[in-house]
Amino acid sequence: MKSPLRSRYDVVIVGGGPAGLAAALGARQAGVEHILIVDREIEAGGILNQCIHSGFGLHYFKEELTGPEYAERFIRNVQSDQVEILTDSYVLDISPALQLEIISGGYGHLQLQAQSVVLAMGCRERTRGSIRTPGFRPAGVMTAGLAQKMVNMHGVLPGRRIAILGSGDIGLIMARRLSLEGCDVTGVYELQPHCSGLTRNQVQCLDDFGIPLHLSATVAFIHGRDRVERLTIAPVNHELIPDLSRSWDVACDTLLLSIGLIPENELSTRLRLRMDPATGGPQVTSNLETSLPGVFACGNVLHVHDLVDFVSEESLRAGRFAGEVAIGMRRPSDNISLQAGENIASCVPQSLSPDREQIIYLRVKRPLKNCVLTIGDRYEKSFRMLVPAEMIRLTLAPELLDRYFGEMLKIDVRLREAT
Amino acid sequence: MNSGAEKIVGMSYDVVIIGGGIVGCALARELSRYDLRLALIEKEVEVGFGTSKTNSGIIHSGHHASPDTLKGRLEWAGNQRWSDLARDLKFGFKRIGELLLALQPEDLHYLQLLKKQGEDKGVPGLEIWSPQRIQKEEPNLNRTILQALHAPTAAVINPYEACFGLIECAQQNGAELFCGCPVLAINQTGADFSIQTPQGVFHSRIVLNAAGVFADRVAAMVGAADFKIHCRKGEEYLLDRRLQGIVTRLIFPVPTATSKGVLIIPTVDGPIMVGPTAEEVNNREDLSTSFAGAAKIFAAVHQYCKAISERDTITEFAGLRAVAETNDFVIGPSPVKGFFNVAGIQSPGLTAAPAIATYVTEMLRCEGLKLAEKPVWKAEIDGPFRFARMTQQQRQAAILQDPAFGRIVCRCEAVTEAEVRYAIRHGARTLDGVKFRVRAGMGRCQGGFCTMRVMALLSETLGLPLTEITKRGHGSEVCCPRQDNLSVGDGR
Amino acid sequence: MLEKRRLTCIGCPMSCPLELVIIDGEIREITGNDCKRGEAYARQEYTAPCRMVSTTIACNSGLWPRLPVKTVTAVPKAEVMAVARALHTLEIEAPVQIGQVILDDIAGTGIAVIACRSLPSAPNSK
Ligand SMILES: Cc1cc2nc3c(=O)[nH]c(=O)nc-3n(C[C@H](O)[C@H](O)[C@H](O)COP(=O)(O)OP(=O)(O)OC[C@H]3O[C@@H](n4cnc5c(N)ncnc54)[C@H](O)[C@@H]3O)c2cc1C
Ligand SMILES: Cc1cc2nc3c(=O)[nH]c(=O)nc-3n(C[C@H](O)[C@H](O)[C@H](O)COP(=O)(O)OP(=O)(O)OC[C@H]3O[C@@H](n4cnc5c(N)ncnc54)[C@H](O)[C@@H]3O)c2cc1C
Ligand code: SF4
Repeated sequence: MKSPLRSRYDVVIVGGGPAGLAAALGARQAGVEHILIVDREIEAGGILNQCIHSGFGLHYFKEELTGPEYAERFIRNVQSDQVEILTDSYVLDISPALQLEIISGGYGHLQLQAQSVVLAMGCRERTRGSIRTPGFRPAGVMTAGLAQKMVNMHGVLPGRRIAILGSGDIGLIMARRLSLEGCDVTGVYELQPHCSGLTRNQVQCLDDFGIPLHLSATVAFIHGRDRVERLTIAPVNHELIPDLSRSWDVACDTLLLSIGLIPENELSTRLRLRMDPATGGPQVTSNLETSLPGVFACGNVLHVHDLVDFVSEESLRAGRFAGEVAIGMRRPSDNISLQAGENIASCVPQSLSPDREQIIYLRVKRPLKNCVLTIGDRYEKSFRMLVPAEMIRLTLAPELLDRYFGEMLKIDVRLREAT
Repeated sequence: MNSGAEKIVGMSYDVVIIGGGIVGCALARELSRYDLRLALIEKEVEVGFGTSKTNSGIIHSGHHASPDTLKGRLEWAGNQRWSDLARDLKFGFKRIGELLLALQPEDLHYLQLLKKQGEDKGVPGLEIWSPQRIQKEEPNLNRTILQALHAPTAAVINPYEACFGLIECAQQNGAELFCGCPVLAINQTGADFSIQTPQGVFHSRIVLNAAGVFADRVAAMVGAADFKIHCRKGEEYLLDRRLQGIVTRLIFPVPTATSKGVLIIPTVDGPIMVGPTAEEVNNREDLSTSFAGAAKIFAAVHQYCKAISERDTITEFAGLRAVAETNDFVIGPSPVKGFFNVAGIQSPGLTAAPAIATYVTEMLRCEGLKLAEKPVWKAEIDGPFRFARMTQQQRQAAILQDPAFGRIVCRCEAVTEAEVRYAIRHGARTLDGVKFRVRAGMGRCQGGFCTMRVMALLSETLGLPLTEITKRGHGSEVCCPRQDNLSVGDGR
Repeated sequence: MLEKRRLTCIGCPMSCPLELVIIDGEIREITGNDCKRGEAYARQEYTAPCRMVSTTIACNSGLWPRLPVKTVTAVPKAEVMAVARALHTLEIEAPVQIGQVILDDIAGTGIAVIACRSLPSAPNSK
């Protein structure tokens, strides 16, 4: 076993995906000396290592990169005297006093003290159980992300004739990926009346390959005792209940699920952080600090992002604030609380401070055309089109906020009245 | 374990058990005490893959079934054996007790009847609880419950862990196990049965038929089918850890003619499970779950606990109860001498299994089988380590001894590589086999993260390519090879 | 002849809905794009649609058995499958450096293919 690491760090970052890597950069900018990134995989990069398609980095690097390229650039930027990356190592537990229990392939059992902690554990995929699809339980039903890992990293195929349930981006990306691999992708079935992935992915991943997207439809039964043999597909009514009288069967050997992501918050709940049921992540201040002082969160563990560039931006800030706290600096605490209002599914952060520019990320509940977004009574912005698949990013100038004190601001989106 | 690669020809035994469910495994361990050549033949790739892994995992308190039935007698006898078994075979066991709820005035009478039945059978500790007591002990149950019968003797286990432990102990004491080995035909010549399987022919003087839902078919192979099995399907829904602790005891409604009703089950590992349904089905492989089943279960549960939501489901499954026409266990000699049935083992078959094993052993003794105890018989097995249950000091020590404890394979359940390797050394051949032995893939993400890691370990240890790793045996391969050779075409 | 064409820009995740006004086969107006890339995309997509191809090639001596690669520029849409198929017949030896040119002309398109990551050798291969 290798020689032990330090027993104290200024900032310990849990997760070495794009969020964790950017947080390390941020902490270094704050001027701290000892930063540790811990990741359970054998290399840093997180989910990006398996996302081999291009579409990353347009904002951050002003260049369209593939996932692995984006990750590798970041890892190079992070590598320095101040930052250690500990891979093949798993953070088991964090105590309220910020002691971390880590088990590591290279170092064994470790206990470290951190001045501040950044949570950057990413997210996991929803599985079959969470949608209770009736039928048998054969091999060949798997999440799209697992299939992505199989194909892109392990070099095996999930099957030959593929159906996809859910039109999330991973599902769409996999439809194209498996088509390129010579698999027969029979169709994508989506419960909602609209595609839940980005339109661009619908165009370049489905339309380009002639793969049909069936909206308002779901898998009503999975057939096959050992391996998937067939699916019964049924249209759903406006209450999303399948209409079995209009169902049809599709022959296939694989069903990929792309039905949503859930922030990976086992550690956060064990720490008893205050959670936001709307995002599935912890509640944070405008400094991205959770309800436990000294613990910060960013990236997909905070709320599920669709753009890695926003992950990097958010995480740089989280890392910087965590670094500041580690060396004893404190920004004024927030004095305005922020709440999702009409048509808003979720917003991050959940509180604001008027002392500097604020960045807000939010998602709408349903597709909206020609609408106006308001925050309190002083901010207004018009949008041609808002969809749940795209996270919205807003910046608020301090001047807009200084009038509020100890108040609650609501964010609403309303359709513009016909004039 | 025999991989099926080499054929066994004409191996001969004193006793062959057909079927490696909880009953077959308990029989194997019990009979391994004696000086016998003993084999267990199982159709699936691992033991316990029939009904015994898809049930509620309850060691029933002992008062449910009438003492006039065989299942009623063996239920209470079996119950009392499980704490020792769990200790010796190192599997999880918690005696959490049960509450049987009276929701309607007409149920109150039933509570009294059941209490009396239990007391007559000698089940200790039965008590009727008032609504106030129920509220105090189980505050998340609905306030409309009129009364409840508390039975402290009820317990929970992981039934598949019990199967693995029992068979490992039997093997350690000399029993032989053949998995992936369906019995296809049985011929009798004189006092010898020859049992045909794809792995070869087994000879035996005595055959114990513990083939679960297929027991009547196996009996028919020797013309001993004087009973019929039909299947009663039960669906179960496992819920997210969010609801863990919402009840601390097993919650039962008043039963119906065909089932114990829909239960709330705090499983031995913590998460709550709800189920089962009871539905007659014709197909003996119909393990499908349904919209209707889910609807029934959650509607029923809402009558006693409103906090449980269908949306908390993390996985569901179905199992088949093997029900004989008599609605009781069918245990005893068949019309064919030397061929014994241990069939129709419906609920509470899990609870009763250890008692069934002793009962059958005594029966064989009465039928003239010579049972000489082995001079050395080891009741315990070493049992796997559970990283998740270790203290920090134990973890430190374990990793120093074996660095594979330092690599987490399943994040949801904190399962380490060392545990997966142990499971494979002890017979796991499939993803399900690993999952049911060490819980990798059983947590919230249901294998999203660990599947590839477990597959890689299986592939490395068994020397098979990834594409030959299965979920639960031949035909359930998880992935397939790339087809590059097919696409060379215009590659320049 | 006046013709209107609707396209979705795939230039970035904004997925802007583009509208093209075409007179006698010539683009006269492009609306709906949030940035200049959208305009370029619309012209390209109307005259000669093309796509980036990213896939993996075999690297059996690598830390992972597959190496992600991409075409340096987009290839004509009609050639996408042929490019992928041709790439799938290749194998490369580890170690590989990010940006390393794998082939300088894939499937006769004249377009080069590069490695999207550095891939060290597998720990147990010499
Ligand atoms: C299939 C897919 C396609 C995408 N496509 C695009 C795209 O085209 N363009 C774009 O801009 N964005 C895209 N995204 C979004 C973007 O990639 C993600 O939002 C981003 O990668 C999230 O980064 P993260 O660091 O929060 O999480 P992750 O990348 O998931 O990293 C989390 C890391 O934490 C580690 N970890 C977790 N728990 C522990 C623990 N207890 N101990 C140690 N380590 C731990 C994990 O192993 C992992 O490495 C895509 C995402 C997916 C999944
Ligand atoms: C939903 C449900 C919930 C239940 N809950 C409980 C409970 O909480 N408590 C309780 O006490 N009981 C419960 N039970 C009942 C209990 O599960 C069964 O009584 C018990 O598992 C029966 O065990 P077995 O060994 O007889 O059958 P099985 O486990 O089915 O074993 C029979 C074995 O024989 C094998 N086999 C079949 N044919 C052949 C052949 N030709 N050759 C070789 N092998 C063959 C099968 O593959 C199988 O492994 C429940 C049952 C169900 C369905
Ligand atoms: S026009 Fe510009 S902003 Fe809009 S999708 Fe295209 S590249 Fe993105």
